Amino acid sequence: MIRFEKRLNPSRATTILTPFIAVLLTMIAGGIMFAALGKDPVEAIRIIFWDPLFDPNFADYSRPQLLVKAGPLILIAIGLSVGFRAGIWNIGAEGQYIMGAIFGAATALAVYPIESPLIFPAMVIAGALGGWLWAMIPAILRTKFKTNEILVSLMLVYVAESILASVAQGVLKNPDGYGFPGSRNLQQYPSAFNEEVFANSGMHWGVITAFIAVIFTYVMMTRHIRGFEVRLMGEAPKAARFAGVSTTRLVVFCLGFSGALAGLAGMFEVSGPSGQITIDFNTGYGFTAIIVAFLGRLHPIGILLAGLLMALTYIGGELAQLMLGLPGASIQLFQGMLLLFLLATDIFTNYRLRLGGAH
Amino acid sequence: MPESLLEITGLTKAYPGVVANNDVSFTINKGEVHALLGENGAGKSTLVKMIYGLVNPDAGEMRLNGTSFAPDSPNRARASGVAMVFQHFSLFDALSVAENIALGMDNAPAPRELAKSIEDVSHAYGLPLEPKRIVGTLSAGERQRVEIIRCLLQNPKLLIMDEPTSVLTPQEVEILFQTLRQLKAEGTSILYISHKLEEIRALCDTATILRHGEKVATCIPASTTARDMAEMMVGASFSNPVKAQREIGETLLQVDNLRSQSADPFGTSLRAISFEVKAGEILGIGGVAGNGQDELLAALSGEMRTGADTIRLKRHAIGRLGPNKRRELGLLSAPEERLGHAAAPGMSLKENSVVTAARRMGLLNSGFINWSTTEQFTQQVIADFDVRTPGTHTPAGSLSGGNLQKFVVGREVSQQPEVLVINQPTWGVDAAAAASIRQKLLDLADNGAGVIVISQDLDELLEISDYFCALNEGTLSATYPTAELELDQIGLMMGGSHGAGQEGAQ
Repeated sequence: MIRFEKRLNPSRATTILTPFIAVLLTMIAGGIMFAALGKDPVEAIRIIFWDPLFDPNFADYSRPQLLVKAGPLILIAIGLSVGFRAGIWNIGAEGQYIMGAIFGAATALAVYPIESPLIFPAMVIAGALGGWLWAMIPAILRTKFKTNEILVSLMLVYVAESILASVAQGVLKNPDGYGFPGSRNLQQYPSAFNEEVFANSGMHWGVITAFIAVIFTYVMMTRHIRGFEVRLMGEAPKAARFAGVSTTRLVVFCLGFSGALAGLAGMFEVSGPSGQITIDFNTGYGFTAIIVAFLGRLHPIGILLAGLLMALTYIGGELAQLMLGLPGASIQLFQGMLLLFLLATDIFTNYRLRLGGAH
Repeated sequence: MPESLLEITGLTKAYPGVVANNDVSFTINKGEVHALLGENGAGKSTLVKMIYGLVNPDAGEMRLNGTSFAPDSPNRARASGVAMVFQHFSLFDALSVAENIALGMDNAPAPRELAKSIEDVSHAYGLPLEPKRIVGTLSAGERQRVEIIRCLLQNPKLLIMDEPTSVLTPQEVEILFQTLRQLKAEGTSILYISHKLEEIRALCDTATILRHGEKVATCIPASTTARDMAEMMVGASFSNPVKAQREIGETLLQVDNLRSQSADPFGTSLRAISFEVKAGEILGIGGVAGNGQDELLAALSGEMRTGADTIRLKRHAIGRLGPNKRRELGLLSAPEERLGHAAAPGMSLKENSVVTAARRMGLLNSGFINWSTTEQFTQQVIADFDVRTPGTHTPAGSLSGGNLQKFVVGREVSQQPEVLVINQPTWGVDAAAAASIRQKLLDLADNGAGVIVISQDLDELLEISDYFCALNEGTLSATYPTAELELDQIGLMMGGSHGAGQEGAQ
């Protein structure tokens, strides 16, 4: 019989090491999968992990893309991680991301074509507000009616997608768009355009906001009483109530914080890399960010690194599809393996495997 | 020459990082009540788990009736005639007595037969029990009877009892002892685990004393003093708390007609509780667990809100205030459950200081935690209360029960409360640590604070409290000066209007 035995003191070294082991195992299992698909596994892995950064033909394009993709992932994952630390599970960041984008874009489109330096800050506020409001629905339902925030926030993603489809073909549709669905392109609206801060770096305001969020959250979690309350609630809910932490306020704070950051991510995306509200505007950042949050062990610095790694597998995956003709599903499977191996190695950090009977 | 039932030779069991039992040998004779005595963490539980087949020894052997005995599961142990009553009952609240007993049996008879045999056994041993009663409605003493009868139905040769009296009123203890003496007269051996020395002296024929996983002595309890046994158990002499004459001051805390509705169907609702505590006074609240202790603590700590005027601290009506506001005004509390309620197991001692001391000790600077002040405060608590820990960074969960309790008590006492409410201050704490915690509570009252000690340990309350009252099914008895109370009277107070008192009179 095989059993797990809890380790008394999980070592700090293993805690840090396991994500790297998980990445290594993903490469091996992914390699086997690519080989089974009839591709050279070593080449596939190299294209995914190496070429986007260092290949002379692709790196110039891929490197900025790394930040463009990592920015929203990190921003959303940072928000989610705070709630996850407290045991408050916002699974609907994708919906909050969509609502942030709609609110942000709508603010700009409402005043189009007026040019003013106030427009972009107003969009930022509107984007955060949109995500925050969308997250308040599960927050209020949970605190008032004890519904499960996992289900409610997840279901609201599909509501948000329907709203997105509706506004893309309705109120926000480009009047000069020859009837095609989709809004005006904000990239052509200077006051609303979320431009790269440094040319050809991929570093737009959303990426900068993500970095600020990393630092902010790090300070909050380690030094501020609010971060302490979040950790206490996750560690021992009864002790948190004993310490005078109000569950209601904490639920509202955690869902609101993650919703606002997801909304910001959506707003920076629609005003920058994407440029317009379209039916298929959202590409799953809100869900992938859940993986990023756990890959980064819910630690701000970990999430920063995990976001970059996840972005790399996105870009590398696209490259591999292009170069080797790998099916898109195999890349998603590859990313799924990463989470699976991470969770699996996680168990070995906290438990050791024992063979034999009940001793 | 008495006939031996179970011979234990050289039993050893090591867990990662700790040797729970090292080369333990002793013999239990037929028809003997054998005490297993030791502090928490001395290895008593591991030893009985090996006898009951829950844990396999690393080395050593056991012989039952002269043949080798190595149970690899409780089923095997039961089949060989070993039964065990655990300290924590494994009963389903929503099921009846008979259903619960049937669930715990390896080959349960038909319900009607079972009900018949439950009644037979319960009468034969003076343990009245209705087979059809729902377990959720039973008192702790009655629940224990369910477990005992479940064991007796299997006709055990050896009955293991783990701290059986910790949940009983004095009258219930007497009933239990009669049952055990009857079993003994019938030839059943009993392995009786406890740290209550007077009980052991009254009941047991032989005592094996464990310390740090090793057998340190075997003695005849009836001819050994309690103090000698305590010192063998602790391995050192320790001083009993000293109670000084105190000035009783103004009324600090006033509770008036406190009521609560428990959300849990099997929880306890508080009914019209009123009492007051003056400066320099220790009020002991006795009673068997599950009679509203946790609810009362929650109402006082602020985890549960009441009407504003229900609880008054000096001139403030605090019934509606949360825990932190109450702490600022000087009402501090320490709940029973150390891990998970009073302290977060995965967090360091330093972080656990923030849990209750953040505001009162000025550990916050506009919302930011001042970790160096926190470090100082934590070190102060560790030094003043003799908390044995590698440092302030050690997770609370890795401290022993006694040390963690010293930390929890120290964290509250160091904040110089006006009123301290503490639930089960020395539950599961070794004798030396318990004595030092009691001394600290006495010192606190000496310095003019009001102290409320909620405890199931009567000896503790008799030792330190000035006034005594008891909780029974959410109702608080009248308060009497502790010095004027007789044990019988206390038992009746704990039993309330029904239960132990009347049954004891039968």
